[in-house]
Amino acid sequence: MSLAFAEAKPASSIALDIEGVAHRYDLDGRDLEVLDDVSLSLAPGEFVALLGPSGCGKSTLLRLAAGLEIPTTGRVLEDGRPIAAPDPDRILVFQDATLFPWRTVRANIATGLEARGLIREREYRIDEVLKLVKLEGFADFYPHQLSGGMAQRAALARALVNDPKLLLLDEPFGKLDSLTRLRMQNELLDLWKSAGFTALLVTHDVEEALLLADRVIVLSDRPAAIVAEVRVGQPHPRRRDDPDLVALRRSLLEKLGISHDV
Amino acid sequence: MSAAIEETFGGAGRRAFALPSGGIWRNGLYAAGTWLLAAAVTYGLPDVITWGATALFAAVTLVGAGLFLALSLTVHRLGRFGRTLVHYGPWFIVLGLWLAGWEVLTAKLGWLPKPFFSPPQGLLHVYVTDWERLLVCVAYTGRLWGLGFFSGILAGFAGGVALGWSKRFAYWGMPLLKLIGPVPASAWIPCTFFLFPTTFHASIFLVALASGIPVAILTAAGVAQVNRAYYDVARTLGADNRFLIFKVAIPAALPNVFVGVFMGLYYSFAVLVVAEMLGAKFGLGWYLQFNTAYSAYANVYAALIVMALICAGLVRLLFVLRDQLLGWQKGIL
Repeated sequence: MSLAFAEAKPASSIALDIEGVAHRYDLDGRDLEVLDDVSLSLAPGEFVALLGPSGCGKSTLLRLAAGLEIPTTGRVLEDGRPIAAPDPDRILVFQDATLFPWRTVRANIATGLEARGLIREREYRIDEVLKLVKLEGFADFYPHQLSGGMAQRAALARALVNDPKLLLLDEPFGKLDSLTRLRMQNELLDLWKSAGFTALLVTHDVEEALLLADRVIVLSDRPAAIVAEVRVGQPHPRRRDDPDLVALRRSLLEKLGISHDV
Repeated sequence: MSAAIEETFGGAGRRAFALPSGGIWRNGLYAAGTWLLAAAVTYGLPDVITWGATALFAAVTLVGAGLFLALSLTVHRLGRFGRTLVHYGPWFIVLGLWLAGWEVLTAKLGWLPKPFFSPPQGLLHVYVTDWERLLVCVAYTGRLWGLGFFSGILAGFAGGVALGWSKRFAYWGMPLLKLIGPVPASAWIPCTFFLFPTTFHASIFLVALASGIPVAILTAAGVAQVNRAYYDVARTLGADNRFLIFKVAIPAALPNVFVGVFMGLYYSFAVLVVAEMLGAKFGLGWYLQFNTAYSAYANVYAALIVMALICAGLVRLLFVLRDQLLGWQKGIL
């Protein structure tokens, strides 16, 4: 199946392989082990969700995939090549929009093109992505003038303008109100379908994972290890009251160890 | 849009003060009254001691009173400038009272005696008789201050960015900066005499040091405090170190830099007197020392007022520049 994907969309997505990765931080001389022997493969164009308790090291996995850090042991590969440094092909979207407050929405979106010296050739892309995330009228606004949902849309646009082949999403809707979150989930799904990038979404929202992803991977508490993997076959758009999804939700919550409370 | 709002508000404000008294700016009228009082006191009461320009000062305040009288009828035809005047109306009233009180306490009653205090006409006398020398002093001080301040903040800014960005720079630089920072400017005089070819260069150095150190400290702190997530975002978007410094670290630290520049501006003025002790022939600081030595305190006050006005003007300019560069902060502060 992964081969079929690769042939269908050769340029717009990459395969991500995480091989036996363990990672630790040095905190004031104390070792903090965050990842323990995690292996995971994403086919090009696949949408995978990582589910786990907060602080379990999910975000670290994204930072490794982005190339912001190098794993203590094990390898992280894109299309078979080790990831050694950040690259605009793999873009991370954070829980906070982290827009640069001194730049307008347009200038924020232009950051990647500017940094790579592509601003002249690809400036037209800015208006395209603004339209894509429905922020056409807000190009000249400063971040403090945007609502949380709009800021997160701008952050998505800032990533998408670079045509990433792998989009790493670190609880991107975690701080939005529930209505905005539902809308943004659908928008993300549309963007993924049209752009064809590989997506790795970190979330602690079981429903979100089930609504969006092809595959949901459950991580244990720190140091994180993979405890379960669930394939979600339902076609999009998915209904959250679909009996199969409800059953999956129950089993995933059980695996996260909170079945009795729910 | 904001211009439209300003228009609406301006229009509403104009009606609000124009209607009740039939188009008369009441505060302007009161100001004319207090200024007339100052003129009357100055001209009408006898002086305890004679001062040079009593009649002239009375004339000046009288002209002021007439101006306010005229403005009280016409101010709402002056647009933006008029609105600014209206805003400061209460200040004009109090200024008239202040002049009258000052006049009475010094020249008329002598409670604040010569030579320590001077009535307003004493200062006016200085401006009238010594204006040429004062102007030359302003020019000399302007040259010294301009060279010192701008080289100081440039060096301080560059040094601050390096200190905030590079761990190695910070390791060697921060302790030095902390040692140098609190040393008073006058303590540098022996070194500067040896290090610099002329006393003028030494003076520039003192002004540069006074303005550069707060800029360096605050810039370094600002750069070091930049949210790490901004760097992560920029790096995943393909930024190199150059981009990180110039397009992320510096704009993020700019609010801090401006605090440093404001502090540097005040320190640079405070150090002018010391800097002009080093063999200066002219300059406001020199003028202050020279006249203090001769107990010509009226001249000292007159020069101090000139200095204060120049400093306030520069602060105002700096605010305009800051609002230009940091417009994105509105709503955050």
